[in-house]
Amino acid sequence: MNFYYFSSPSSFYRLAGAMAPYFFAAAIVTGIAGMYAGFVVAPTDAQQGEVYRVIFIHVPAAWMSMLIYFVMACYGGICLTFNTRLAAMMARALAPTGAMFTFVALWTGAFWGRPTWGTYWVWDARLTSELVLLFLYLGFIALANAFEDPRRGDRAAALLALIGLVNLPIIYFSVQWWNTLHQGSSVSFKGTSMHVAMLWSMLLMAICFWMYAIGAALVRVRTIILERERRTQWVRNLT
Amino acid sequence: MSVAASSLPLARPGSFAAGFAWAFSRDLTLSMRHPGETLLVVAFFVLVATLFPLGVGADPQLLARIGPGVIWVCALLAAFLSLPALFAGDYTDGCLEQMMLSPHPMPGWASGKIAAHWVASGLPLTVLSPLLGLQYGLDAGTLGTLAVALLLGTPILSLLGAACSALTLGARGGGVLLALLALPLFVPVLIFGAGAADAQAAGLSPAPHLSLLGAGLILAVMGLPFAACTAIRIALD
Repeated sequence: MNFYYFSSPSSFYRLAGAMAPYFFAAAIVTGIAGMYAGFVVAPTDAQQGEVYRVIFIHVPAAWMSMLIYFVMACYGGICLTFNTRLAAMMARALAPTGAMFTFVALWTGAFWGRPTWGTYWVWDARLTSELVLLFLYLGFIALANAFEDPRRGDRAAALLALIGLVNLPIIYFSVQWWNTLHQGSSVSFKGTSMHVAMLWSMLLMAICFWMYAIGAALVRVRTIILERERRTQWVRNLT
Repeated sequence: MSVAASSLPLARPGSFAAGFAWAFSRDLTLSMRHPGETLLVVAFFVLVATLFPLGVGADPQLLARIGPGVIWVCALLAAFLSLPALFAGDYTDGCLEQMMLSPHPMPGWASGKIAAHWVASGLPLTVLSPLLGLQYGLDAGTLGTLAVALLLGTPILSLLGAACSALTLGARGGGVLLALLALPLFVPVLIFGAGAADAQAAGLSPAPHLSLLGAGLILAVMGLPFAACTAIRIALD
């Protein structure tokens, strides 16, 4: 069996069906552990009180929103370069999950901002660029579905994802380039300025979101494969 | 058309410069023959900028404060409104396919079309902007900065808009879809463009904002014509 075996939609359909439950199971386990660490073990923050616990959802969701866009753009690049069908389907399958995480990051950020900054929204560089990311996701989904020919939508949306990639470094570095209200990162490879339980909770939640994103994308790509290949013999044999 | 092409020393038939000169002169001639469309965009720009003082009140201090931002948003909307004329007409009547078949390289004539779009939409807005700035009571320095920022920023709008409008060729719900694609990508241009004039008005140097706009322009000129070409190829596939 060679490496490209699973680049065929029919074989990937089975692989995705077999893998998705494991990713969901991993998401549930790490999610429960992360919630426990975040809401029971982690101490109350000295300055912010209990409100800070929003970060256990907010920060992983924001990470995922950028990571999923990057992965989606990579699939778009593969789709345009090698003209593969499955890469474009994966990009389509990732987009709604990415848009959801972007929305969650903005929403939880607003609820955290109200008690701590005193406002739901500020026109800060990071918030604005994250909002632009949400619109990029929505534009990707709209463009992918705007054509009669799905392959045309695949390739146009893939190119849009690649153009929109310039927004990612802007989001990531916005807190360093502009001195804004949104604070800089508390976590880096050199060390952290957080309590150990907080860090663990955040990392566990990040793994949970990551696993959920993969699982959701795999389930969604199965429906996309079925829809595209509905006239082929192997799909008919499924029933 | 042949006059413009042969007057350039580099313009061998089939070269980038020949394609650029041909498409540039063709699109510019077309927009001269239909001055109504170009003037409509300019009229829209002036009209929207005039509506703001009526809406927010004629307090001179408030107007001077919001002036650069309002003019930038108007320029953004005007650039966006004129985008469908860039490729969509040629796409529906089959000209785009003929251009693909021509010996000129694709980035050449695509860049020529984008440049002609800017001359017909972005340049008039830049020239008019000091006049609109006077309506908002901006001082001379801010007016100059605003015009320079528009001069650097509106070509980026044309380039980004060209790539987005090529992506939406033949799509359902073209206009709204184009807005959803193009306007978020216009945001950085708006931030730095309006930021330059704001910094000048606040007594700071507008140079950082203008430098970033210029850097953005260089990147856009180098990358986006090729993105637009890829999008046209996808559309004509």
